[in-house]
Amino acid sequence: LAAYRTDEGQPWVLPVVKKVERMIAEDNSLNHEYLPILGLPEFRANASRIALGDDSPAIRESRIGSVQSLGGTGALRIGAEFLRRWYNGNNNTATPVYISAPSWENHNSVFVDAGFKDIRTYHYWDAAKRGLDLQGLLDDMEKAPEFSIFILHACAHNPTGTDPTPDQWKQIAAVMKRRFLFPFFDSAYQGFASGSLDKDAWAVRYFVSEGFELFCAQSFSKNFGLYNERVGNLTVVGKDADNVQRVLSQMEKIVRTTWSNPPSQGARIVATTLSSPQLFAEWYDNVKTMADRVLLMRSELRSRLESLGTPGTWNHITEQIGMFSFTGLNPKQVEYMIKEKHIYLMASGRINMCGLTTKNLDYVAKSIHEAVTKIQ
Amino acid sequence: SSWWSHVEMGPPDPILGVTEAFKRDTNSKKMNLGVGAYRDDNGKPYVLSCVRKAEAMIASKKMDKEYLPIAGLADFTRASAELALGENSEAFKSGRYVTVQGISGTGSLRIGANFLQRFFKSSRDVYLPKPSWGNHTPIFRDAGLQLQAYRYYDPKTCSLDFSGAMDDISKIPEKSIILLHACAHNPTGVDPRQEQWKEIAALVKKRNLLVYFDMAYQGFASGDINRDAWAVRYFIEQGINLVLSQSYAKNMGLYGERAGAFTVICSDAEEAKRVESQLKILIRPMYSNPPLNGARIASNILNTPDLRKEWLTEVKGMADRIISMRTQLVSNLKKEGSSHNWKHITDQIGMFCFTGLKPEQVERLIKEFSIYMTKDGRISVAGVTSGNVGYLAHAIHQVTK
Repeated sequence: LAAYRTDEGQPWVLPVVKKVERMIAEDNSLNHEYLPILGLPEFRANASRIALGDDSPAIRESRIGSVQSLGGTGALRIGAEFLRRWYNGNNNTATPVYISAPSWENHNSVFVDAGFKDIRTYHYWDAAKRGLDLQGLLDDMEKAPEFSIFILHACAHNPTGTDPTPDQWKQIAAVMKRRFLFPFFDSAYQGFASGSLDKDAWAVRYFVSEGFELFCAQSFSKNFGLYNERVGNLTVVGKDADNVQRVLSQMEKIVRTTWSNPPSQGARIVATTLSSPQLFAEWYDNVKTMADRVLLMRSELRSRLESLGTPGTWNHITEQIGMFSFTGLNPKQVEYMIKEKHIYLMASGRINMCGLTTKNLDYVAKSIHEAVTKIQ
Repeated sequence: SSWWSHVEMGPPDPILGVTEAFKRDTNSKKMNLGVGAYRDDNGKPYVLSCVRKAEAMIASKKMDKEYLPIAGLADFTRASAELALGENSEAFKSGRYVTVQGISGTGSLRIGANFLQRFFKSSRDVYLPKPSWGNHTPIFRDAGLQLQAYRYYDPKTCSLDFSGAMDDISKIPEKSIILLHACAHNPTGVDPRQEQWKEIAALVKKRNLLVYFDMAYQGFASGDINRDAWAVRYFIEQGINLVLSQSYAKNMGLYGERAGAFTVICSDAEEAKRVESQLKILIRPMYSNPPLNGARIASNILNTPDLRKEWLTEVKGMADRIISMRTQLVSNLKKEGSSHNWKHITDQIGMFCFTGLKPEQVERLIKEFSIYMTKDGRISVAGVTSGNVGYLAHAIHQVTK
């Protein structure tokens, strides 16, 4: 599983998290009582505010809802279960669900297990040019049946690390609006990708400003390093408060038969941090530390490959963003990396940038150089 | 226009409604007997001392926050299995079981329900006792199964309708799924005696039913973890390969930390491995992997001898307080001069009590005395204290005399 590592190759508990955990441990007024079904109110409001922005018109107009969930996966699942029951008719399992090719492998299972029968892929990664296949993506959206659901990665696309530019997002939004396609954002890396919460949420906020009703599944696993506490949030943006209220009341029923009410510890940590200006600033700093290290590894790896004169172009390494990079290595080259150099990539050529350190950069760069020059 | 114009408003939660009305009430004598969480004799939430100690231990270790495996914390799941089955259990020692961490009782029930829907092809029918916990029905329904019922509670005697239950169970089609409450039946508090459990076991075995035990109150019912798990262990000893969900919400007071487990008793360890692989495939698209905090607290308690000892004492303390409130309620009703038979209050066990009060009487208790409970006459004994038991008895007497 993908988790951040320090330059020493170690897991990293964010300093602000350690601080807040101590605060919670020392607060004798706290107990272990049940949270409400939809979760800790302070967590829900703050989490959605992070995604949509302090000045979000949707928040101002009280047309947003939030469901605290078990990680990003849990948020996706609650959203999927709701859509299967209530979107495009009642219990319409035939509504097509489009997932990017490639995508996080669990996306498929989430929607299958939620009951959807028609899961399709949309063009995304162009292996030849090592970038976004925008035309293929837009074509798929033009051809998709109206009301189809599209799973969009808000930023730091997993596994390719390749995101649409703002201009490209605008084109995507225009087609989706015209064809009545439903945007379901998966936002697992806000802040972690670029170091800026606003930048990493640009696409979601743009869609909101364009008047879309949408879902956004948020994970705080990476940007808070709270992997095992399962902290996530499903943000619902609707046309008005009344619609959102009814949606939430039905989501409550779904939550009740899935986990009844969510776990308290992780939500408390996030809520406490986000609602204190000082702790928020410390957190922002911690997030930037992680993002900056990954960005540094990208630029260092690219410059080494270019210095070595490794065949091919390597600008995609720094143009891609987030935890993962699609190196462009083919399966044979990947096999060489694993067997001969003991560097573990996925068969797709995906590398976890968090695995790079100042100590192993040279070795990894040299190994990629060997793989590319020796194996075709 | 909105995608959601046709979405209906979900029905209000009946128990939540009770608590909302209670909160609005300004009567200083008000009592909330709808609460499904333990309260101490001052009516306050109770954080167990062993829990605080476990938390301090954990904090001092400065552990990382890496993902748990899909099946959860191994020390926790092993200790959960041992707690339920007993350390001397052949099934436990031979390893012919799989236990996965679940999101407290609900999450564990749901994993099991989904697993049965996918792999138990003999039947789609789950038989629940009448009545059962309100959430059982939607859990199994959302998992894709169908609900049936067998007689259980006798409202005339406020106790077990044993002959009715046996009669209905004998007619359940073979290879159906039957759900049993291991102890402290929710909502009635009515449990079979051990002799009755033996007959039920023989009958479900004869009918070749798949047994699903829900054990949410081990230790919390009688104060003795072995006594409360007796039925589960007896069934397994009779060769019944059951499935089981456990919760640590009440017996460790870990409500909001969502610590629970789902167990499948298998033919052998090899089968258990295959079952585990399928459970993981079900869990991953639900929430990937479970939350650590509650499971780690529970694991520390179960696996640290001193803490385990302290826990056993504390859980007995909670159970004893509940039992003592039952006793005091009955003696206070006698003192009030009530001529009714209230024996069922002390015969019943666990957090809840089916008082036998009718809806109109419940209505009066709410309106005239600010005593809040659900319309079915169920009270949470956890909400009763030595300070208010007299008032409760007085009020009940007023509406029933």
